[in-house]
Amino acid sequence: MPESFQLIISLLDSTIRIATPLIFCAMAGIFSERSGIIDIGLEGKMLLSAFVAATATFLTGSPILGLFAAILASCSASLIHGFACITNRGDQVISGLAINILASGLTITLGIALFSRGGQTPPLASEQRFMPIEFPFLDQMSYVPILGDLYVEVISGHNIIVYLSVLAVLFTYYVIFKTRFGLRLRAVGEKPEAVDTAGISVIKLRYQSILIAGMLCGLAGAYLSIAHGAGFGREMSAGKGYIALAAMIFGKWNPIPTLFACLLFGFLEALGVRLEGVELMWIGEVPVQVMQALPYVLTVVLLAGFIGKARAPGAIGVPYSKEG
Amino acid sequence: MKNIENKEGNETIDSLPSSTKLAIELKNITKRFGHVVANSDVNLKVSAGTIHGIVGENGAGKSTLMNILFGLYKPDNGTIFLNGQAVDVNSPEKSIALGIGMVHQHFMLVPTFTVLENAMLGNEGSMFLQSGEELVLDRLKGLSENYGLDVDFEAIISDTPVGMQQRVEILKALNRGAKILILDEPTGVLTPQETIGLFDILRSLREKGVTIVLITHKLKEIMSITDTVSVMRGGKVVANFSTEKTSPEELAENMVGRKVLLSIKKPTLKVGNPVLEVKNVSHESKDGVNVLKDISFDLRQGEILGIAGVAGNGQSELLDILSGIETLQRGQITVNDKTILPYQDWNSKKAREFGVAHVPEDRHKRGLVLPFYNYENSILGYHRNEEYSSGFLMDKRKIFNFVDDLVENFDVRPRSSSISSGKLSGGNQQKLVLAREIESNPKILLVGQPTRGVDIGAIERIYEDLMKLKSKGTAILLVSVELDEIMSLSDRIIVMNQGSIVGETNSSDATELDLGKMMSGLEKV
Repeated sequence: MPESFQLIISLLDSTIRIATPLIFCAMAGIFSERSGIIDIGLEGKMLLSAFVAATATFLTGSPILGLFAAILASCSASLIHGFACITNRGDQVISGLAINILASGLTITLGIALFSRGGQTPPLASEQRFMPIEFPFLDQMSYVPILGDLYVEVISGHNIIVYLSVLAVLFTYYVIFKTRFGLRLRAVGEKPEAVDTAGISVIKLRYQSILIAGMLCGLAGAYLSIAHGAGFGREMSAGKGYIALAAMIFGKWNPIPTLFACLLFGFLEALGVRLEGVELMWIGEVPVQVMQALPYVLTVVLLAGFIGKARAPGAIGVPYSKEG
Repeated sequence: MKNIENKEGNETIDSLPSSTKLAIELKNITKRFGHVVANSDVNLKVSAGTIHGIVGENGAGKSTLMNILFGLYKPDNGTIFLNGQAVDVNSPEKSIALGIGMVHQHFMLVPTFTVLENAMLGNEGSMFLQSGEELVLDRLKGLSENYGLDVDFEAIISDTPVGMQQRVEILKALNRGAKILILDEPTGVLTPQETIGLFDILRSLREKGVTIVLITHKLKEIMSITDTVSVMRGGKVVANFSTEKTSPEELAENMVGRKVLLSIKKPTLKVGNPVLEVKNVSHESKDGVNVLKDISFDLRQGEILGIAGVAGNGQSELLDILSGIETLQRGQITVNDKTILPYQDWNSKKAREFGVAHVPEDRHKRGLVLPFYNYENSILGYHRNEEYSSGFLMDKRKIFNFVDDLVENFDVRPRSSSISSGKLSGGNQQKLVLAREIESNPKILLVGQPTRGVDIGAIERIYEDLMKLKSKGTAILLVSVELDEIMSLSDRIIVMNQGSIVGETNSSDATELDLGKMMSGLEKV
């Protein structure tokens, strides 16, 4: 196998690993924002659920229980967000920010209190994590050129949550565009009055949407600490929630384009890691920060000129009130 | 002033044939918003299979009452009976289940959805859209044919004309099985032709036994389509009539609480020289739409020129350009012999210097700063005048002297210079704006929608003031979507459609039907 091909294969492999939490969070964002609720708290929910997943798994020894605990934690954060800005009609950005700050502080404080490891959780053993799944026929496929390598190196060998992320995208697409619930959800994000006067509860719909968002964020968090990683480290979400938001806008609040945006951003990050400290022709060594900033720069540039206007749901960010 | 308080109560409706079944009965409905009593002890009876009108001025409580019936608001007091049964309508869900449908004044449609998606919302037929759509489409097509509700099910709502949007709203209600249909100011956005179409639909609905409640402030419509009518004033039902036994004059009197003149005496006056000449003005909006196409007209001294048209056909942009808010892009304007060329220095300050005063279409956005006090608002735009200042400071005493006279002379209520203008009623806000502009002694007055959201009493006063101004020789350009207003005030009428002038006529020759045809772009004259 030529070296450049080897490089591409390994880049694609890490792209998938990096993109997985982005995909979950971006789908969560789509559910929330399509229903009219800005979800800047993706980051915080992911961080919180990563911590809870690692802690619960460490305490019970079961990653399955850890995963459920993570989903529960993330959904609780969603409910706080909902209580603040659906029930009490607060500002959605402020509420989301508050969740991010809360998660950042709470995970470290609890981490130190429980484990006295400077905010980290103890490392998890392999059997306490979701481990890579080897696909069948790896040996046979490895003799097939190109496709075989893709199968062996890129498609196979990820943990179950990675594969779930693909299902999450299909799930999001199907629910949003093909079901009654999705029709109502899109309607409530565009024009809640229309939903209310059609005899459907705006508040109930929006709570349902953010709870689904909470579940998806919980999966993202669990991936970080008990599947991809082996334990929680402070601030381990590292801005992925914001990148997911950017991907969602980039994908115009549509699941399939958003998936590709997540993969693109994942690829850029993988490339950035690979290029760290490498001398490039003509350019020299690229500072790692430049690569990290690329997704954001790309979002701004592409949104500004190349992919046309991204139109947010009509009623996003506006609290609904009947008598206002 | 005739005392009409003796009409209080429900005597008239009780004289209806007792055999008719009541579809709706409201008893002692009271609703407060904070300290404001929107409905106070309201009683209302509507017989099944009839069209019942509710008239009243803005703020009389009509919409509140209907929103209570539809379950959007909870009444503080009172009982609702449907077909003789006391019911608890605490949500739209409940009211829809009880067979009530409502077409709101501002349509409750999702602009990005198709007609079908909007019509099915809330009754989708199935968990899954594909099978649901087939099911609902069948049902809707049947309804559409039965009642003449002509729509394009595939079209995206934001691309469809308002007339169709309204039909979608009616379909939506029927899809939910509505037997009682409430329509809140349904004709406000329609051309006369579309209104006729709507009324045909309502009549065929009535034939099939649907009970219809029609809220409007247009007395002519009440007279032409309803069977019975209730008048609301100050949150109360003050009178009930059988439509054939009443007259617009009587209804108006009950709405206002005193006699009103519905007709306007136009001063006979020879029009003078042109003071405003608009030549070949075209304009492109920020989105690149040609909102004005080659507009030319003259406006003469002592003349009122009415611009008729459905809202959004370029009238607003025309006013913006003439008043200096928008830059002139193409064509030329001559104001009092001074010519303005494209991209020349032309702004609202300059417009005022040239003798152009402007009563903007949206008084909340452009006419007033709502939190400001009356004395501040009444010199807005003229605050640089020496008569209000001493040196570089504003002189409050001079301002107050001016404003105290102003609110007195133009009957702005309450007569206070230091109340914030946001607390005035719509009519009084409009009187304040008009007073300010008239006091500047303009050569040309641009007026946009002078009576939008203004009650009848104030309308009467505003018309009087405009006529007084006209007899002083001021040229008035009147933009209004109210065809009656245009026809009764103007000397000459031009009609705009999609940014072009599609017709011109003397108001003495104009008929509503002809103007309506021009407004809908069907016919050029």
